[in-house]
Amino acid sequence: MNTDLTRASAAELADALASKSISSVEVTQAHLDRIAAVDGQVHAYLHVDAEGALATARAIDERRAAGESLPTLAGVPIAVKDVMTTKGLPTTCGSRMLEGWIPPYDATVVRHIKAAGMPILGKTNMDEFAMGSSTEHSAYGPSRNPWDLERIPGGSGGGSSAVIASFQAPLATGTDTGGSIRQPAAVTGTVGTKPTYGGVSRYGLVALASSLDQAGPCARTVLDTALLHEVMGGHDPLDSTSIDAPVPPVVEAARRADVAGMRIGVVKELGGEGYQPGVRARFDEAVALLVERGAEVVEVSCPNFDYALAAYYLILPSEASSNLAKFDAMRYGMRVLPEGIDAPTAEQVMAATRDAGFGDEVKRRIILGTYALSSGYYDAYYGSAQKVRTLIAQDFARAYEKVDVLVSPTAPTTAFKLGDKLDDPMAMYLNDIATIPANLAGVPGMSVPSGVADEDGLPTGIQILAPATKDERLYSVGAALEQALLERWGAPILSRAPELGADLVKGA
Amino acid sequence: MAVTSAADRVLDYDEAVAKFDPVMGLEVHVELHTATKMFCGCPTTFGAEPNSQVCPVCLGLPGALPVVNEKAVESAVRIGLALNCEIAEWCRFARKNYFYPDMPKNFQTSQYDEPIAFNGYLDVEVEDGSGGTEIFRVEIERAHMEEDTGKSLHVGGSTGRIHGAEYSLVDYNRAGIPLIEIVTKPIVGAGERAPEVAKAYVSALRDLLRALDVSDVKMEQGSMRCDANVSLRVRAGDDPRGDAQLAVPFGTRTETKNVNSLRSVERAVRYEMSRQAAILDEGGTILQETRHWHEDTGMTTSGRVKSDADDYRYFPEPDLVPVAPTRETVDELRGTLPEPPGLRRKRLQSEWGFSDLEMRDVVNARAVELIEETVAAGAGAAAAKKWWLGEPSRRANAEGQDLVSYAAGLGFAPAHVAELDRLVTSGRLNDSMARQVLDGVLAGEGTPTEVADARGLELVQDDSALEAAVDRVIDANPDIAEKIRGGKVQAAGALIGQVMKEMKGQADAGKVRALILARLS
Ligand SMILES: [Zn+2]
Repeated sequence: MNTDLTRASAAELADALASKSISSVEVTQAHLDRIAAVDGQVHAYLHVDAEGALATARAIDERRAAGESLPTLAGVPIAVKDVMTTKGLPTTCGSRMLEGWIPPYDATVVRHIKAAGMPILGKTNMDEFAMGSSTEHSAYGPSRNPWDLERIPGGSGGGSSAVIASFQAPLATGTDTGGSIRQPAAVTGTVGTKPTYGGVSRYGLVALASSLDQAGPCARTVLDTALLHEVMGGHDPLDSTSIDAPVPPVVEAARRADVAGMRIGVVKELGGEGYQPGVRARFDEAVALLVERGAEVVEVSCPNFDYALAAYYLILPSEASSNLAKFDAMRYGMRVLPEGIDAPTAEQVMAATRDAGFGDEVKRRIILGTYALSSGYYDAYYGSAQKVRTLIAQDFARAYEKVDVLVSPTAPTTAFKLGDKLDDPMAMYLNDIATIPANLAGVPGMSVPSGVADEDGLPTGIQILAPATKDERLYSVGAALEQALLERWGAPILSRAPELGADLVKGA
Repeated sequence: MAVTSAADRVLDYDEAVAKFDPVMGLEVHVELHTATKMFCGCPTTFGAEPNSQVCPVCLGLPGALPVVNEKAVESAVRIGLALNCEIAEWCRFARKNYFYPDMPKNFQTSQYDEPIAFNGYLDVEVEDGSGGTEIFRVEIERAHMEEDTGKSLHVGGSTGRIHGAEYSLVDYNRAGIPLIEIVTKPIVGAGERAPEVAKAYVSALRDLLRALDVSDVKMEQGSMRCDANVSLRVRAGDDPRGDAQLAVPFGTRTETKNVNSLRSVERAVRYEMSRQAAILDEGGTILQETRHWHEDTGMTTSGRVKSDADDYRYFPEPDLVPVAPTRETVDELRGTLPEPPGLRRKRLQSEWGFSDLEMRDVVNARAVELIEETVAAGAGAAAAKKWWLGEPSRRANAEGQDLVSYAAGLGFAPAHVAELDRLVTSGRLNDSMARQVLDGVLAGEGTPTEVADARGLELVQDDSALEAAVDRVIDANPDIAEKIRGGKVQAAGALIGQVMKEMKGQADAGKVRALILARLS
């Protein structure tokens, strides 16, 4: 194992902790030191809980010393996306609206993490209420891509991907409504999984679009991702849409890394026009590597994917407009009194607060959704979008009759420059074109690094999609590819990322 | 803005119904008395400390999710079945979106176009105009599940409503309590009896829900609330159910909110008919609006004008899975339905041998169950009715309580009445003594036997004292004795009264009469 504890994988840390060759306090402190050293540049954390993390680490070390048998990841620190409620820790969702709000309860995922004995280092930055593909819509300023600090780390979970890629945590949680785990993974050279809808509880995830949201793991290796997936997942009676079945055997699949005999479909509609040459080149090579490992590859057509983006941008804003109605200054969070009104009514306070508390992108989507649900427009917009959703699910079903998994590039481009697409929502939305179909159909997806693009030296990702509840297939394929690429490269992709430090500060 | 100042002009009711035909739609909200709320595990107890029965779910905290209360679904299905409805094989919840401080999420989780129960009816009894009763069938459009809102208390200002208040307090204990909303189809053909039909419907519904044991149905506590939609159309022909009348299109309706007693339902419908008639009679038009009922003045005042801006943007609730009661479950629940209150009443009436009028008195006094239990405890039906509808009923009325809660409050039970009746039929007490005993029991002095013992109340069984008294009275009244001897038996009454006085009431009047007649024959 690397002597720098922040460079080690979660699996390596877990083994070293289990054999008592290191302590959780050491591991946790190493990460806190790293945060202190580099997060000023990356801005991936919104809140760091050094005290809480060390307290958990100490408790785990004591329990281990007392001979207690502990869960696999006990003592391995983690970062939590700020969209998940954490009892006693701020939860802002990247919004002014929730500045200062301390939830009185833990999300089920957070409860699982705590039960697994994992110290929580802090809460990671995100686009406001998870709306965006760059973290530029965070009310607290964007996070930066460790590969190039002038570039976006993806979004909405850019804080989590940046934390992982800059070694400020070995593991992080994410949520993925249209690609918010997978696209950040792709542009930072990390791994991320959106599990089957219902595979991980949504209880305590501040909802963006209830029928699309799914929490999942972020890590640097496929095995680490699987280990965290296992901790996060499982049935939750507090979430009516939670699947009442055990977590799929993801860890076993990641360890076996076997694609021999698997049928892999390349989605014709995802990867043509609009995809950067370097992204396509690395994708083609990755597919070839899978063939070398014994997989069978065919091209598959999913014609209705062409309508996915349009349908998504009706369903998401519709649900979001309703989910975000609760932020009204009446019970918690921000309260703004309207100017120039002596004794404002409740409605006036609500309006003033929502005007001041929400950013432009949130307002844009609330307005879109309110319009799409209005009587007289409902059938044409929300109704039609739901029909498209059904057609996309049928495309997937037909494809999975022929193949075991589908693959595509995760995102059409590598990380773009901060500010490049901020004023062009459509261009920003198009970044999620390949990831959205999985959310609409509720099927699981994963992004694994496929290399770096020749033209800009930035990471590219390959997306793997599997049928609902067959999440383990993602890990079989992802781990096999990871292994093949590691053999080819001789070192993990992140070893090619520039070293962060004082010398990287502009002008230094 | 609410207009509450000047009273609206109303047309005399008889004139109103001579010119116009009413159409009603009644929406009744019923709070289920499940142990926990609709979508979380919080208790539903009425009257708890404000905001003490809340959790992240019913407070709508960020991230919290609802889980359907299976018991509430069961109650909804049973209500649907009791209302002769079809039960959906598959239905969803929907979000009704609007902003209001007492709604934690700013949407209400309700049902929209997929109600759990639909297409039913409830038969209600109304007077037929010639002293008897007839059945009026009220058709049910739907019964659907939803959650209640919190409760706002508007402090300051004169109206008690949010406009003009200095500040408002919100209690979220009620937020998330399961509600069933029962909506009728337009009620046509009631004519001048519309107010009576409205009251009879709400009353019958209340009895039904009470028999189902799904709700407290206390209108005064808000566990049952009624909104009355009323519109008028021009009269056509003499028969409100005639083809000519049915062909006339509906008028513009108003919705009178929160009419919270049976009496008010009748009064509010009647008032709204008279008010609308006055407007239409002058050639005016009815504003489609919600109106507020004022119990004290007996009037409705203008509330919010309904407009196209009222768009609740309903869409299927994505946080919940569809409700799909299997046909087996529905059949099982059908088996748990109680005897319909109407049928049950008819059965009891014939078992007890009561006239229609007697039975109506019993029902109005809410004494059906009490008499049933008293009879079950061994009393005769007539005696049970006599005792319950007498002093206890009078006192309950005076206290402004219903008989059941009044008796329960005193610990006065059907078993007491049955015991009292036994003391009379066994000959220990006469009627006036029994009344004294009842007084004692109601005063908390013990069981009827204990009271009779303590007060030394007992009909004299040793005839010697009685015979001596009879002799004394005969001796003291030679004139009357002579008349009786001469065959004027009815004159014995005067002597009986005196004997009873001598015996301080502790004698059986029949026996006294027999003794007097025997002495003077
Ligand atoms: Zn609750």
